Amino acid sequence: MRKRPFATLALIVGMGQAQADDALAPFEVVGDAIARPLTGAAGDAGRGERLLLDRRRSLCLLCHSGPVAEPHAQGTLAPGLGGVGSRLSQGQIRLRIVDMKRLDPATIMPSNHRIDGLERVAAPYRGQPVLTAGEIEDIVALLVTLKE
Amino acid sequence: MAFVLALVLALPCAGEAAAADRRSGSDFMAPETRAMQADDMSNPAMLWVADGEQSWHRPEGAAGRACATCHGDATRSMRGVAARYPAFAEATGRPVDLSGRINLCRRTHQPAPPFASESRELLALTAYVAYQSRGMPIAPPQDPRLDPFRANGGALYERRIGQLDLSCAACHDARWGQQLGGSVIPQAHPTAYPLYRLEWQSVGSLQRRLRNCMVGVRAEPYAFGAPELVDLELFLMGRAGGMALETPGVRP
Ligand code: HEC
Ligand code: HEC
Repeated sequence: MRKRPFATLALIVGMGQAQADDALAPFEVVGDAIARPLTGAAGDAGRGERLLLDRRRSLCLLCHSGPVAEPHAQGTLAPGLGGVGSRLSQGQIRLRIVDMKRLDPATIMPSNHRIDGLERVAAPYRGQPVLTAGEIEDIVALLVTLKE
Repeated sequence: MAFVLALVLALPCAGEAAAADRRSGSDFMAPETRAMQADDMSNPAMLWVADGEQSWHRPEGAAGRACATCHGDATRSMRGVAARYPAFAEATGRPVDLSGRINLCRRTHQPAPPFASESRELLALTAYVAYQSRGMPIAPPQDPRLDPFRANGGALYERRIGQLDLSCAACHDARWGQQLGGSVIPQAHPTAYPLYRLEWQSVGSLQRRLRNCMVGVRAEPYAFGAPELVDLELFLMGRAGGMALETPGVRP
């Protein structure tokens, strides 16, 4: 009888794991880039811009500045995103958004499409990546247009 | 050997602001907000201090005792007390913060049911007691029994947590003074708690602030009163040793 709650808990955790795996798109890293879109199709730059401006969902402008919003509300913790489309290829941008920690384990930039190796994640976010594959493609589509 | 040891001891502080470079959160505020804190007539937290003064003298509980029954005039008996909290509590064998100490007194000496975390009564009494140490240097107790708890607070401060996988140190040691969105990142010195935060439109405790930062990185915040929060408070007060207490502060 006493064991029961634990068995149930194990079941819930097990299911969360299965759900979590579904939340992640498979991708292939070659060098310092992910060449193919996570969704298999190109994103939409307009949707990407709206996402970037909604800082509760994308968080990018908490740390970065970009040529898309009022400058006084932007972050100074990271390089500006203006001109990033000239500095990096589409595939390089994609890997940096998906999982910057593959390039630098000490970086403060969150891995936006990874759920392992995290501690004390708040319940609503547990097993969920920061951004879905589709959201990442929309932001990639915007960033490649930000040329110097 | 001594040289190596000195080097090792210096290392963990690499990103932390050197003592001379330590700055209160109020140093990063707009002039209007600083002026609001400095002037007791416009500092909204002074209403809580006034409430706390009333509670200090109000008899409560089965024995009908007020705080003043045992401690007398707070302007004398409570002077310097907040500057050395959290302190070791014999009753629990752990550090207890100022609000926790007040609730211990309620339970054991009045005796009356403890106030709820973040209740107006508890914040008011804590603000009134801490106000008696305004301007005094923070003086962490040299009590070796606190060491393991302070060390645990330091470890929690360095630990990456939440969906965003950030530690307190990543922002407050390595990147203070920079902008996180529209906010300047302060050095996280707990010099002014409880304080009135414009965003809260209320007075709140240091624990409330710490929980806010945890929620900000999408971590599960520790419950009010949790040992982890007290250990963090203990670590932060040690880190701010010697800085002046500003309670009750105002923050954006
Ligand atoms: C908590 C801070 C933080 C957040 C949030 C953040 N980044 Fe970053 N980002 C960084 C830092 C810091 C770097 C610099 C490289 C490093 O230190 O690892 C960086 C680098 C980058 C780069 C490479 C820039 C270059 O010129 O090389 C891109 C692209 C990028 N980020 C995009 C994004 C996008 C898009 C988002 C939101 C989905 C985002 N970042 C969210 C901190 C952040
Ligand atoms: C992503 C950045 C970030 C992280 C991580 C972070 N904080 Fe903060 N913290 C802030 C910002 C920004 C403020 C100031 C908020 C404001 O005034 O609007 C702040 C305020 C504070 C303050 C109040 C200082 C004052 O003057 O009143 C304390 C104390 C504090 N943080 C402690 C912590 C602790 C402990 C942790 C880890 C559990 C932590 N923070 C994690 C960004 C962060």
